[in-house]
Amino acid sequence: MSKLYSGAEIVFKCLEDQDVEFIFGYPGGAVLPIYDELKNHSSIKHILVRHEQGAGHAAEGYARSSGKPGIVLVTSGPGATNVVTALTDAYMDSVPLICISGQVPTHLIGTDAFQECDTTGITRPCTKHNWLVKDIKDLPKILHEAFEVATTGRPGPVLVDIPKDIQFAKTNYSKPKKTKKSNGKSHNKFSQSDINELINLISKAKKPVIYTGGGVINSGPKASEALREFVRLIGFPITSTLQGLGAFPGDDNQFIGMLGMHGTYEANNAMHDCDLLINIGARFDDRITGKIDEFSPKSKKVHIDIDPSSINKIIKVDLAIVGDVNEVIRSTIKKINKKQNGIKVSNKQKISKWWEQIQKWRTKDSLGFVNSDETIKPQHAVQRLYELTKTQDTFITTEVGQHQMWAAQHYKFNKPNRWMTSGGLGTMGYGLPAAVGVQIAHPDKIVIDIAGEASVLMTIQEMSTAVQYNLPIKIFVLNNQYMGMVRQWQELLHEKNYSESYSEALPDFVKLAEAYGCKGIKASNPEELDEKIKEMINHNGPVIFDCQVDPNENCFPMIPSGKPHNQMILGPNDKAENKITGKGKALV
Amino acid sequence: MASPKSAYSIPTKKGKLDTHIFVVWVDNEAGVLARVVGLFSGRGYNIESLAVAEVDATKNISRITIVTTGTPQVIDQIKLQLKKLVPVHKVADFKREDKKVIFKEMALLKIVGEKKKIEKSLKACRSYNPVILDKSNKSVVIQITALRREIDKMSKKLKALGLTSTSRTGAIAMTRGAEVFK
Repeated sequence: MSKLYSGAEIVFKCLEDQDVEFIFGYPGGAVLPIYDELKNHSSIKHILVRHEQGAGHAAEGYARSSGKPGIVLVTSGPGATNVVTALTDAYMDSVPLICISGQVPTHLIGTDAFQECDTTGITRPCTKHNWLVKDIKDLPKILHEAFEVATTGRPGPVLVDIPKDIQFAKTNYSKPKKTKKSNGKSHNKFSQSDINELINLISKAKKPVIYTGGGVINSGPKASEALREFVRLIGFPITSTLQGLGAFPGDDNQFIGMLGMHGTYEANNAMHDCDLLINIGARFDDRITGKIDEFSPKSKKVHIDIDPSSINKIIKVDLAIVGDVNEVIRSTIKKINKKQNGIKVSNKQKISKWWEQIQKWRTKDSLGFVNSDETIKPQHAVQRLYELTKTQDTFITTEVGQHQMWAAQHYKFNKPNRWMTSGGLGTMGYGLPAAVGVQIAHPDKIVIDIAGEASVLMTIQEMSTAVQYNLPIKIFVLNNQYMGMVRQWQELLHEKNYSESYSEALPDFVKLAEAYGCKGIKASNPEELDEKIKEMINHNGPVIFDCQVDPNENCFPMIPSGKPHNQMILGPNDKAENKITGKGKALV
Repeated sequence: MASPKSAYSIPTKKGKLDTHIFVVWVDNEAGVLARVVGLFSGRGYNIESLAVAEVDATKNISRITIVTTGTPQVIDQIKLQLKKLVPVHKVADFKREDKKVIFKEMALLKIVGEKKKIEKSLKACRSYNPVILDKSNKSVVIQITALRREIDKMSKKLKALGLTSTSRTGAIAMTRGAEVFK
């Protein structure tokens, strides 16, 4: 008879079989048997966070930057409820997480026991799937399935809730079966006729644009390689969503910048005027589309996505290809090369006028801003940060708000998995713990959280984690003393009634850094900025950088909600002239 | 209308609403109904009726029948979202007008009143396969099987004849002929 293992041992055996190296977690009464077992498994390192939300975001940062699933371990009740924000965030942005939560013993479930909550009930809408393990015999199978569900198809978070008595109970362990199909949920069944149709559309297009998203990143580094080859082969302009940045080099001439609410003038106009729109691994989010019924009115639309429910959810498309981005692109490249019908050359001629038009749009320099000698402009700060770090392989995380958009606009990414940001859920407080996770996955790389002072205070306690594990993360705070994006909307939409968006009594970030045992740096004028940034980069340890920026700067360009792509506000001057102040044209 | 001040656009597309019947085959496990129902409530879909029971005890399969209304786009989404749920095996969706599919709902009707009214009630139910499940001097419990709208009509009609209590199962569906939905 084979050996019997306790539930806690099985958890680790399973993690070992799935090649897990790191767990992000926080102990508590209902997971103590699992924590007790930790010491017997030297290949798995536990990272102790300071709040369970931090564990979730750190695991997200780890997963997004490494391509491996992130593992979270929390206790019952508050442990589980604290991780809900991170699970929802991972669900919105398709990040594979496996969250293991402790639960009160099975005989106490439903009795309102101490630290009991209906964890599977609470997390049902924010996970791909979750399990409450009621029988120890089910545990090995459920854990293997959890990994399978989280990492296949469109990735996402899962949760396994394990009651304390199950952690003690014993059973046999069986290894994961490699070939098992997860209930047919993985979709990769595109046909060659789809590919032929795509090539047909490509060869006919005169004003094409490629619009890529996080799906390219999720499909792995090979997908980004394939995308680069594909885009160069057909010579089309390419734009990207927030989550897709880095899949195609940000400094390449074919890249026309990010699109959407704070995207570039050329990208949004190209989306509006194009005759062929190829969406690769993006989901027509409302921050991208603007007004739905005026979205890209003249184009044939192609949507390549692994999730069938993304197709026609918001925008009706003419050709849907359900499949893995990498495989779809590779098979398209193969077909194009095989055909040898001169498509490469002829098409590049056909679209040369289109490129001329795009160059005209580019001359608007929509990301431009008026720099200052006296105050640090936040855009300038991000540009300097980029210039001073671009020669190194740098990983950037962000919080949520103006600084996030400035980072997306002014920091150019050349590789996938280097950009971690909360796009779908828009979680303030994401960036610092995410940086912790990224640094764990890439100990020798430079990891910078481009932060806002309001966001970063939501999870500032994770500095303690960074110090404990000597993670040299750099928290680059664009400090404008406001919840900047809130203030911007209030300025543009609510008659400058800055209701509760100013933060009085902010901490002294330098002293705060010192209190956590790390380095604090403050920059308050443009002259000292470069030197201070260099000081931050060269410091071998965690840093909080208080970059005091112009508090009144707004993030442009901007498509006001409810407007189509070709009605952007380019900057403060443009605003004064028309759209915003015009009474009848108030923003929606 | 004044322009709303919102971070979101106002809805502009309004499609025609169709009534559809979804049949969903699921693993009969804890929480599976909550997943299906939660999907509907969480995404703002409507449920007109719901019927669920295990249909295969050896394979542990339950069959859920949901009547819902939505635009063609929403109906399409419901189907695709249902298919994404891990315990869901297959999803069939039929238009209510679909002639190839049988829809039936059962109702229990309790009528309290004098004999005459009871007899009248029975007569009114005649075309809906009435079965008398219980009878006393003053009351009767009738079982009928019919379409949803027919039962709606009967409940209205029988009010005047002493209908005091109605219990309905929600619609269930099956295709006509030898074909089986795969």
